[in-house]
Amino acid sequence: MSAKLVFLGRLEDVAGTPDLDVEPGPLEALLARLDPALAVELLGERVRLALNGRLLNDPGGIVLADGDELAFLPPVSGG
Amino acid sequence: MQNVRLLAEAFDPAAELATFTAAHPNAGGIVSFLGQVRAEGDVEALELRHYGPMTLPGMQALAAEAARRWALDGLLIVHRHGAMGPGDPIVLVAAASRHRRDAFAAADFAMDHLKSESWFWKREKTAAGWHWIEPRAEDHSDKARWG
Repeated sequence: MSAKLVFLGRLEDVAGTPDLDVEPGPLEALLARLDPALAVELLGERVRLALNGRLLNDPGGIVLADGDELAFLPPVSGG
Repeated sequence: MQNVRLLAEAFDPAAELATFTAAHPNAGGIVSFLGQVRAEGDVEALELRHYGPMTLPGMQALAAEAARRWALDGLLIVHRHGAMGPGDPIVLVAAASRHRRDAFAAADFAMDHLKSESWFWKREKTAAGWHWIEPRAEDHSDKARWG
């Protein structure tokens, strides 16, 4: 049983890894187990969340199930 | 009609444009934009990261929206990810239409949205190492023109 957190852009540097396998469960509980400095960045106002490739409009109350992938997307800078 | 690709390797913009042009003989005009890595200062390399589940699907949705807004015969979007050097092509957008204004507008629209809305993250390498590039305020005001 595991879910995956994916860190895009500069969040990868903050996390020190592009992704992290975690126990499924409420996002709040997962974040509480991370390095507080990383958790603060992940909860930044300009960071968007996507669950299994779909952008979340209201990330409140997310509970990750087995196999879920939750991506943290900082502001884009492409093109 | 919409040809949207995300490439890990270098591409030849002239060859892409020739193929696209040949595929749309009925178009009265073709507008293209090529973005390339600037040769400036001490930047040794540029890397664009993407997110597999969202980047290409987002580009395809963007192409569909452009095709909905303007009367196009064809739309081409080719975008790199990975590491690139000065002078390397990053993005090619081409729009073919019966009359030129639709092609100009569609290419402009596609570029503004690729810059400000598509799921890419850019970092540059200098002698000091890699650092992430923050979005420019102009990219957002450019996109806002389209409502």
